[in-house]
Amino acid sequence: MKKISFLIVGFLIFVLVFWLNSCTKKSEVQPEITFVKPANFPEPVYKLERNPITKAGFELGRMLFYEPLLSRDGSISCGSCHIQGSAFTHHGHDVSHGIDDRLGNRNAPAIQNMAFYPHFMWDGGIFDLDLQPIAPIESHVEMDEQLENVLEKLRKTRKYPPLFQKAFGTPEITTSKFLKALSQFMLMMISSNSRYDKYVRKEKGGELTQEELEGLAIFRQKCGTCHSGELFTDFSFRNIGLSDFVNKDEGRALITLNPEDKYKFRVPSLRNVALTQPYMHDGRFRTLQEVLNHYSDNMQDFPNLDSTFRRGGKLGIPLNENEKTKIIAFLRTLSDETFIRDKRFSEPTP
Amino acid sequence: MKITFSKWVLFLVFGVFFYTACNKKDKEPQPNSNVMAEIKLEFDNVAGNQNLQLNSTTYTNAVGEQFTVSLFNYYVSNFVFKTAQGNEYVVPQDSCYFLVQESNRNSQVVKMRVPEGDYTEVSFVIGVDSLRNTMDVSRRTGSLDVANLTGENKMYWSWNSGYIFVKLEGNSPAAPADPTGARRFRYHIGGFGGYSSRTINNIKTTTISFGNQHAKVRKGKSPLVHLEVDVLKVFNGSTNLSIASHPTVMFSPFSVNIANNYQKMFSFHHLHNE
Ligand code: HEC
Ligand code: HEC
Repeated sequence: MKKISFLIVGFLIFVLVFWLNSCTKKSEVQPEITFVKPANFPEPVYKLERNPITKAGFELGRMLFYEPLLSRDGSISCGSCHIQGSAFTHHGHDVSHGIDDRLGNRNAPAIQNMAFYPHFMWDGGIFDLDLQPIAPIESHVEMDEQLENVLEKLRKTRKYPPLFQKAFGTPEITTSKFLKALSQFMLMMISSNSRYDKYVRKEKGGELTQEELEGLAIFRQKCGTCHSGELFTDFSFRNIGLSDFVNKDEGRALITLNPEDKYKFRVPSLRNVALTQPYMHDGRFRTLQEVLNHYSDNMQDFPNLDSTFRRGGKLGIPLNENEKTKIIAFLRTLSDETFIRDKRFSEPTP
Repeated sequence: MKITFSKWVLFLVFGVFFYTACNKKDKEPQPNSNVMAEIKLEFDNVAGNQNLQLNSTTYTNAVGEQFTVSLFNYYVSNFVFKTAQGNEYVVPQDSCYFLVQESNRNSQVVKMRVPEGDYTEVSFVIGVDSLRNTMDVSRRTGSLDVANLTGENKMYWSWNSGYIFVKLEGNSPAAPADPTGARRFRYHIGGFGGYSSRTINNIKTTTISFGNQHAKVRKGKSPLVHLEVDVLKVFNGSTNLSIASHPTVMFSPFSVNIANNYQKMFSFHHLHNE
């Protein structure tokens, strides 16, 4: 009797080891790409069922993201302005710096957690991630190219038709497939492994210092009305009293044509904010300290200035230097080293 | 009794026979609404009573400004045809978006399939409905494929996702000179009402009656309905547009006035049944 059960257990162990082994082997060859919503995140807004993410689609999107053929003269790619080490922003540039060194009028935001965004751009003018890449491709100050020419150039390469075949079953390069591949890549770019995330998920490595915890508490109280939830934005459009002498960009009003929306901009996510300087829609502040000085002391009044800033005697948010230091310490816990080093998102080696 | 009855029957049989024979001779075969056939609409761009000529001919608007036209494009979509009996046929969405371009002769005749019938009226949207403006990219094919139109024929705003419904550009001494010395005016009119916040809605519908004429759609016979589209109506209407005061109108509150004007630019001219 004992012998038999021993044999059975032995057999089971053998099967298990074999099975585990074959599994790991498979994943070494083809690391699967699956969209996993982080436990502390809200539901995605993007309708994933209309663009199922596959390994081949994701890889094609990645290739396209780093493809200079997307610009008129082959000089820049999406990755030129959205650099991984800076959480996919244009590090060191206040406003984006495009083709022929032409300057745009806005700061490149981080590309991260796009699946959870209801709208895109500082003014929310684009409501579907699939439609987003058309804007930089066709902008005169960014890539200055026509979508049709881009598709034509890709069709003429030897590399791309087989990649489209792999990703979508047919080698034809169409607007829809091109845009959906880019979306697949950007949808997977989820940043959710900062020290703060580990702290809220009670994972290993999620220890916050006393200063950081105090910063978090002050932040929740003084900044959380707008920078709310786990994405640190409620995606609303607000006027935060940035002086309009510097930049005449009317923000949300360009989209709604509503004078009430003048100089309102989308509340940005603050994930990886310590890596994404300079700050604000026009990159006017170089440091987080300058941002906080704006909130505490330098606000300009506007008829539609957000009412949050009118609570005290003075416009803005009352903050002393100690509180600012703590807030900044907390904001640094939102940096996600895994995200900016994730090999899956880096420029593919040819 | 017996004789009278059979006489009656005989009379009846003859009568029915006679009646059907007559009927056949007088009327054409009735359209069979289960059979689909083609109808063609021609959009003939004119300027008042002249044919529109790009770049070469000078026209004058109601405020007395002279201009030439270099580009005139517009979307027409969501067609509904009405028969003499008052039945309506809504052309399926996926095959009812057309971009008419003055620079492209082929784009000016649009073809649709409708049930056989005698049609007396058509209505359509000038522009692209809001649903299609927000639809998944995979459903934006043909004239709505953003890549299909390039350069000045681009009918899409990428920074403020949405189609441009009507695009009219040209030159006028009334327009201010740009750095190259050119005096251009540009009207790019769109706006589907906004996605998450309401904004201008320039989606316009027009209904065109064929007068007392019938477009007789039958299998193998596709009538051609000839519509005239008067570019002067873009300028002249409830607001008389001045190029000097508005050389460039794109996504702005003023664009609503231009859309109200161009809503009336379509008229029935004639039709051919064949
Ligand atoms: C010349 C620099 C530049 C290039 C090249 C560029 N972008 Fe951007 N990107 C920007 C700027 C600036 C913005 C913000 C624009 C605005 O708000 O009006 C932006 C915004 C975005 C956003 C919206 C992010 C958000 O938070 O709403 C996405 C997504 C994006 N870009 C993806 C791309 C893709 C994909 C490409 C390549 C097809 C690309 N970008 C090429 C500068 C660039
Ligand atoms: C009334 C809403 C509101 C409140 C309260 C608020 N913010 Fe903001 N914040 C915004 C908006 C809107 C922007 C973008 C403004 C722009 O670029 O024009 C912004 C931008 C920022 C940026 C720049 C991010 C980037 O990527 O450029 C930082 C950092 C920031 N806020 C931190 C804070 C902190 C810290 C507090 C609390 C002391 C705070 N905010 C309070 C609405 C708010």
